[in-house]
Amino acid sequence: MNFAKELGEAIGKAATILSPDVVHALEAARDREAGPARVQLEAILENVKIARDGKVPICQDTGTITFFVRLGTRFPHLAALVGALPGAAREATKAVPLRPNTVHPFTGKNPGDNTGRYIPAVTWEMVEGDGAEVHVLPKGGGSENCSILKMLPPGVGLKGIKEAVVEHVVSCGGLPCPPTVIGVGVGGGADLALKLGKMALLRPLGKRHPEPEVAALEAELEELVNASGVGPMGLGGKTTVLAVHAEYAHRHPASLPLGIAVQCWAHRRATVRIGANGTMEVA
Amino acid sequence: MDRVLTTPIAEKDARALNAGDVVYVSGTMFTARDEAHRMMLERGSPLPVEGLALFHCGPVAQKVGAGWEILAAGPTTSARMELFEADFLRRFKTRVIVGKGGMGEKTLAALGEVGAVYTHFTGGAGALAAKAVKRVSAVHWLEELGMPEAVWVMEVERFGPLVVAMDSHGKSLYKDLSVIVGKNMETIRARIKGGK
Repeated sequence: MNFAKELGEAIGKAATILSPDVVHALEAARDREAGPARVQLEAILENVKIARDGKVPICQDTGTITFFVRLGTRFPHLAALVGALPGAAREATKAVPLRPNTVHPFTGKNPGDNTGRYIPAVTWEMVEGDGAEVHVLPKGGGSENCSILKMLPPGVGLKGIKEAVVEHVVSCGGLPCPPTVIGVGVGGGADLALKLGKMALLRPLGKRHPEPEVAALEAELEELVNASGVGPMGLGGKTTVLAVHAEYAHRHPASLPLGIAVQCWAHRRATVRIGANGTMEVA
Repeated sequence: MDRVLTTPIAEKDARALNAGDVVYVSGTMFTARDEAHRMMLERGSPLPVEGLALFHCGPVAQKVGAGWEILAAGPTTSARMELFEADFLRRFKTRVIVGKGGMGEKTLAALGEVGAVYTHFTGGAGALAAKAVKRVSAVHWLEELGMPEAVWVMEVERFGPLVVAMDSHGKSLYKDLSVIVGKNMETIRARIKGGK
């Protein structure tokens, strides 16, 4: 089994074709904006079209390649899949091409193929079944620099979580290239809260968390952040976020970790489903 | 009607622009990031730039034959150039700055003194920008500074849309907006406190 080629194509698809749910959210935002905010969204949508038609990257920052794998515990091709992930990054770097974005933090050396120590970053989640679902999330630097962790005192409760999210996203202004998608991770621990925030970004826009309490928090946070007036690119307007998604894990009684993962308007992602017989489907 | 500024842009044309206007640039544009600003101030400009458009950008360029092609050219965060920009404007008199995220008080004052504007190009729209670049006419200091920091001189046609975000009359959309956002935040905080 060689999965590198198809997975590489999925990275290329993510870099050049914005998924329909994100395009739809951007179009809806354009339709409710006026003035400079509308000009920004029109430029974004034109850029999305040029990239799709010309098969060129949507943004010059093609990001750090990140995989999230939902792995069936009976999936029979695990060794092939593990080996294919860095290979896919190399394939896509040449084929698209992608900007070589992996730099050694101490020597400054760049291998030039978007791989390196622990990169592409991979998160494995074991689930029941015999297939594998591979999510690709190439993440740009400008928005990632706005992602943070807050260890809140549990006494601040849900209000404290809301306040921290709104204050942070608004304080970022135009830096993460809004309108952004925000992934909020609550509980678990310091590392897990941030991971949950990032995993929340994988859910298609327009789809709420299945639990009503979490879904209500998402809707309220969207409404509150958008009431700030920061707007597209921080030039003012009604749309600062396209969506807020939340995920949670149970927490320690003494801790209330809050991870905020910030994603730019170019919310690039793709999904590959691999069957037990090795068939691949790119979504 | 879209307003197109053609280089060389005259001081009076730059002074006629107001924050909130949407414009396009045709003609000659050159890139300069942190290092290029420093070098131009130390050594002088490698080309005459009065009246041209200055682009805060590190493009992705590809060598094609003897020349270059720009593949993606979105703006970088302009705030980093605040260190240099006021001196740069006084000395080189570029009339239109293209970047993202806005600049500070020193630059705003220099825009007024010199007669120039700061414009915002959509962050991330690298493909749209590259489409407006018709030709790379020169690249300076490529060896010394590398691809992102070099001075790329590009002939552009209807580069934009550019939102005039800081004008020569002391008005800055960013400054005005921060007052509005500050007020909105007071309401939002009260709503969270009063909620469930």
